[in-house]
Amino acid sequence: MSLTGSTRRFSPLVPQENAGQFFSSGHTNNWAVLVCTSRFWFNYRHVANTLSVYRSVKRLGIPDSHIVLMLADDMACNHRNPKPATVFSHKNMELNVYGDDVEVDYRGYEVTVENFLRVLTGRLPPSTPRSKRLLSDDRSNILIYLTGHGGNGFLKFQDSEEISNVELADAFEQMWQKRRYNELLFIIDTCQGASMYERFYSPNLMALASSQVGEDSLSHQPDLAIGVHLMDRYTFYLLEFLEDIHPSSKANMNDLFKVCPKSQCVSTPGHRTDLFLRDPGSALITDFFGSVRKVEITMETINLTEPIHSFR
Amino acid sequence: SLCKSVIYGIITYRRRGQLAALSIAAVVIIVGVPLWWRTTETYRAWLPVSQINELSNLQLQLSAEVEVVFARGTVTPEQQKKVPLTQIQDEEHTVDEDTALRYRYETKYRTATIMEEDALNQPTAAEADLSLHTLSESPCGSLVVYVIPESSSLLPEDMDVYVGQRRTALLRIGAQMRVGKTLDQLLAHLEPRIKQVLQVMSFSHTDISAALSDRVRLSPGNKESIADSMRTFKSSPGYEITFSLLNPDPKSHRLHWDIEGAVQTYIQPLLTKLASVANFSIDSQTLYYAMLGVNPRFDSSLSAYTLHSDSLAHVINPVEARLGSNAASSNPVLNFLLYVPDAHHSPLYIHDRKKQEVPSNAFHSPRWGGIMVYNVNGFYGPEAVFPVDVNINMAKVMGVFLAQLRLLLGVQSSTAPSGFLVAPCGSNGLADWELDRLMWSRSVENVATATTTITSLAQLLEQIGNIVINDNIAEQVSSAVTSLQLAVAELETGNLRFALQYSKEAILASERAFFDPSLLHLLYFPDDQKFAIYIPLFLPMCVPILLSLLKIVSDARQKRREKQAKKD
Repeated sequence: MSLTGSTRRFSPLVPQENAGQFFSSGHTNNWAVLVCTSRFWFNYRHVANTLSVYRSVKRLGIPDSHIVLMLADDMACNHRNPKPATVFSHKNMELNVYGDDVEVDYRGYEVTVENFLRVLTGRLPPSTPRSKRLLSDDRSNILIYLTGHGGNGFLKFQDSEEISNVELADAFEQMWQKRRYNELLFIIDTCQGASMYERFYSPNLMALASSQVGEDSLSHQPDLAIGVHLMDRYTFYLLEFLEDIHPSSKANMNDLFKVCPKSQCVSTPGHRTDLFLRDPGSALITDFFGSVRKVEITMETINLTEPIHSFR
Repeated sequence: SLCKSVIYGIITYRRRGQLAALSIAAVVIIVGVPLWWRTTETYRAWLPVSQINELSNLQLQLSAEVEVVFARGTVTPEQQKKVPLTQIQDEEHTVDEDTALRYRYETKYRTATIMEEDALNQPTAAEADLSLHTLSESPCGSLVVYVIPESSSLLPEDMDVYVGQRRTALLRIGAQMRVGKTLDQLLAHLEPRIKQVLQVMSFSHTDISAALSDRVRLSPGNKESIADSMRTFKSSPGYEITFSLLNPDPKSHRLHWDIEGAVQTYIQPLLTKLASVANFSIDSQTLYYAMLGVNPRFDSSLSAYTLHSDSLAHVINPVEARLGSNAASSNPVLNFLLYVPDAHHSPLYIHDRKKQEVPSNAFHSPRWGGIMVYNVNGFYGPEAVFPVDVNINMAKVMGVFLAQLRLLLGVQSSTAPSGFLVAPCGSNGLADWELDRLMWSRSVENVATATTTITSLAQLLEQIGNIVINDNIAEQVSSAVTSLQLAVAELETGNLRFALQYSKEAILASERAFFDPSLLHLLYFPDDQKFAIYIPLFLPMCVPILLSLLKIVSDARQKRREKQAKKD
């Protein structure tokens, strides 16, 4: 049995058009690590923050298999929630950020500093399932979002422990050494959030924070029916900004830096781009928040006319 | 005498006090401080740091053996006298300050045997290739180039080189090399062509430098190589392949695909041949009511629906959410999707940027997988009763998936130089020399990745002082270092199979060491917090000792002053 294959003659004219679209960002896949670090009912707004970023990221295309969602407490099914199975972002109750298909990977007491660092550095016990791992490679763009209560140089987890900015910077350095990311966008919405990115020293990191050192990040508005503040200001305006982004949008990072100016946020959002190798104006929002796949047309096929048998 | 004993008691009491203070101070300093140091230090097992530092400077030598066989009519009798002949050529490349490459080509020249001459007399190049293969099998990593005379009919007019399915190439000698030239001139004439053959069939500098990308972040050499490196999956000990059949319209189409048989017949031979490179696990699934997520446009000139290449990028994400994967392993997943359009949107064709139809009707995404659109509207007429039973032609489907699989695994070679005629891949979907190429680049990639992992682990452990290094980590690191040294040595001698095996062991050991769960750094405590913990423990104990020591010193000084005064 012979294979009626077409002998491949290589001519110098190869479709170069596919190669061109690869070079704008250098990444082939996207990951997101979204963490809410506070528990207790009155910290409803932190869960709402995280869920609204989760919702935007899913809407723009990142699948659940590429999102690690860590929520330290359950607000939707909390006994004190007058509207069970919902988490709202605005007192108009128009947007239920909890949605129909939330996939929480680390819940409740599993959200600890240790687990967070383990997820980032990849040092998880072998029995950890795929959904709880950050399986990024050197061509992954990662979005990391943290929210909760913080201070100058630390972020509080679960009301009992803290992560310091030194540990966070070391964790990112370990990720860089093992080539676990191509570019990383770090967003933090806590009081004195800018202190958390002060100590970064690895390349290709861009960071945004909701407030400077010495300033508090404020919450948006309370809802009298639910009884707590629903969202933080910075993330509220961030969500508003992201709702206008769609998968083929060309908005870039400079637009993201303008989100929530002091007039709306009361605190001064900050950002850090000195470690980022590209110009922030050339980095699209969808490079981090969405998942635009590169595709190539399959030009060659193998002609299998008959079942293949071994030649001997 | 009562007075004397009282005075004596007072003196000895003071001395006892001094002795007590001195001995407590001695115990604290000699026993206490070392004990505290030992119990609070982090356990760090010994790592072979010097060997690791040696590895950070990587000097790789790749050796390839080439046999150049002259057929009858290519060498004159005078030239023939000097043959058989062996030449060794070295090519040095410095990639960066820590990485250097040397390519060693050992070329043996000889004349063809009678049986080889018979084999070369076959009518077509493919048959010649087959008969040559039955005569002798070249070991892994080596090549044989048969130089055939210009008059030979094995190659078409404009082609000089035929690359076979195994490890053989046929090279047609040029017209001017007929008479009056020495052997050296003949070899010099052949050398550029043989070098090109080596670049295609063995390893080329672009491939090897791309394989070193873990160590060296290269500035873009050329767009093709960057696209290749972004497309192919990184070296991993295992991969998972998932075949999915997407049926958005089960009411109209009842699809039957013999996926198990197709995998066994078409895909498994390739994977068996690649067993030395990686393990593969295959599964398949059928998804119903899975839509594409993009609206195709109706093209009235073709009376068909079309998908433009720009919208293809948005097809994958909505589907991926429903695909699922094996939760147990962390291996990279290759997804191959077969999409059968629903009856209302059939037939569906993919158009490229130039609005031309794509013959394969398929596209792939780098480091993810491939999607093929299979139109079934041709299988039934307008009066058909729905649902219609459709048997999918697995040969056609697997032809596309196999090509995409080859691309994604990095088997597909880049463009060969002009004048090269490359045979289609063999019965396994993989030519022997393609396997060799893959093994070369995988070995180099594994060695590069393992060296960076080990050196960065050593660096990190040095930098971050409060990480505990257990004995098993030290063991893994030592075994990784040993495997790396063996892999580099085997690459030098040209034993490709062993080099790949050792490089895989090195990668496994180094990854296990780097990602060991115990290597989480202990919580960071700023210095002021450390003082805040130790001061309440040690200060109350140290104050009386310090004061009594001071008192001893001042007493001693006073005594000396009294003695001085007495002397005067």
